[in-house]
Amino acid sequence: MTLRTACELAIIGGGPAGMAAATQASALGIDTLVLDEQPAPGGQIHRGIETVQATRAADMRILGEDYAEGAVLTATFRASGAAYEPGSVVWQALEDGRIGVSCDGASRMLTARRILITTGAMERPVPLPGWTLPGVMGAGAAQTLLKASGMVPDVPVAIIGTGPLIYLIAAQFVRAGVQIAAVLLTAPEVGMADAIKLLPGAMRSGRTLLKGLAWRSELRSAGVRMLHGVSRPVIEGAGQVESVSYTHGGVRHRTPVGLVLLHNGVIPNTQLSLATRCKHEWDARQQYWRPQTDEWSATSHARIAVAGDGAGIMGARAAASQGRMAALDAAVRLGKIDAARRDAMVSDDRAELERQHALREMLDRLFQPAQELLAPTGIGGVVCRCEDVTVSELEDAVEKGCTDVNRVKAFTRCGMGPCQGRMCGPTVAQVIARKLGQTPDVPGQFRIRLPVRPISLAELAELQT
Amino acid sequence: MFRRLHEPSATVTVYLDDAPLRVAAGDTVAAALLGVGVAVFRAAPRHGSPRGPHCMIGNCYECLVEIDGMPYRQACLTTVADGMRIRRPIEREAPP
Repeated sequence: MTLRTACELAIIGGGPAGMAAATQASALGIDTLVLDEQPAPGGQIHRGIETVQATRAADMRILGEDYAEGAVLTATFRASGAAYEPGSVVWQALEDGRIGVSCDGASRMLTARRILITTGAMERPVPLPGWTLPGVMGAGAAQTLLKASGMVPDVPVAIIGTGPLIYLIAAQFVRAGVQIAAVLLTAPEVGMADAIKLLPGAMRSGRTLLKGLAWRSELRSAGVRMLHGVSRPVIEGAGQVESVSYTHGGVRHRTPVGLVLLHNGVIPNTQLSLATRCKHEWDARQQYWRPQTDEWSATSHARIAVAGDGAGIMGARAAASQGRMAALDAAVRLGKIDAARRDAMVSDDRAELERQHALREMLDRLFQPAQELLAPTGIGGVVCRCEDVTVSELEDAVEKGCTDVNRVKAFTRCGMGPCQGRMCGPTVAQVIARKLGQTPDVPGQFRIRLPVRPISLAELAELQT
Repeated sequence: MFRRLHEPSATVTVYLDDAPLRVAAGDTVAAALLGVGVAVFRAAPRHGSPRGPHCMIGNCYECLVEIDGMPYRQACLTTVADGMRIRRPIEREAPP
């Protein structure tokens, strides 16, 4: 297969937004190329969908109908005629449309007339004491193992945090016969008064709401130990996870476990959009940065758009709608259709986005990020996993006059490790802001350096530009 | 730490620190090692503390191992291949 060095529209990421955008763009006659790190389409939400369908159909029952929905999206994308290069790691995307991409250990530059970034979401890092121990993972990480490899925990599991994903993964574990030692929810029992106020809007996504309730009753009838209002969770173990301690009902408890799964919602994966230096804005309610985008997903850079959860968490269905709308807009910009035709083609997706927005309003209110999990309270807590930088080291740097995340990085090495601040960035800003009595947007964001993925010097040296 | 819901339909042999392991074809290196009970993938450079996969989607860089002679490869983003040689950087001393 000859790898492409030019295209009209380059889509980075093969999840719902990327697949839907590519399908729409191809239908409009745009020369489209999808670059994705994974070996098969689906993104993280529908990870491994084709393999599960073909070889592990029994797992569909465990994974549930939201996962299965990916089959249609994936098949449509495969049939769309869009060029697709799986196993492609994008390490650079520039404002002028140039993209640095590595495939099978060789890098090349390709030039796109337009770039659509659809890199999706990541779990918000949960810097609890003990979170660096082997055997502590994101709840989404365990889901990835289930989807991609058909693997489930064979040791007692504790799930800690907040967010709808916790109910889903616990339900999936129940179906798969996993032993759940405890689900430790840091949020108080759902603010139903709040939820009901938002119901009229959210009812337009009634099926989704019913699914959430179904997960809960599934967990209740399975007798899963669900504790609400848990505080001060600590993960313990010598060299590997052995137990979790937490306060519940005013009493300290300890539960022996072999695996701990953390979750405090998901946030946009902004590494690539930040690297392009397009404008980003702070979402105070969900406590994350997202690229500034218009209703067509266009950013402050003329050639670059960001669609899907990478532009703000709205879920898989909204991501697909945004992807299609971004493709329509790309078609206008690339001279394939005029704006009137574009506007005539978006009514279904606009309606879907409105529905998803109303649902999100309610979910966001029900599952606000747990403050206690945003920044460690103990001074010894590790914030930067790569460089083992603790809260007290960060606070020390703040006391010495570092008030911005990049200054703190220079003084402490926090964010200088291989993950390039993906795992500590959100926390560092919280720690500085807490210390200085600011909102977490004031200390800023790490300046992302290219390449955003590591490539060898040899690969860089052999690069044909 | 993890078990498989199904017997893999195809397997390959990889070498972990020179010991042969039969793992499921198509798995990532991270999933393959977790599936045979390997929890510790590397030692963090500052204090040498043990680390293993945390995010499984390429963000945390905790699963960095040496693969076919190339250090710092992300095990969660690399698919296993027959004959692949994997080494865990767990012997490294913490810097002075």
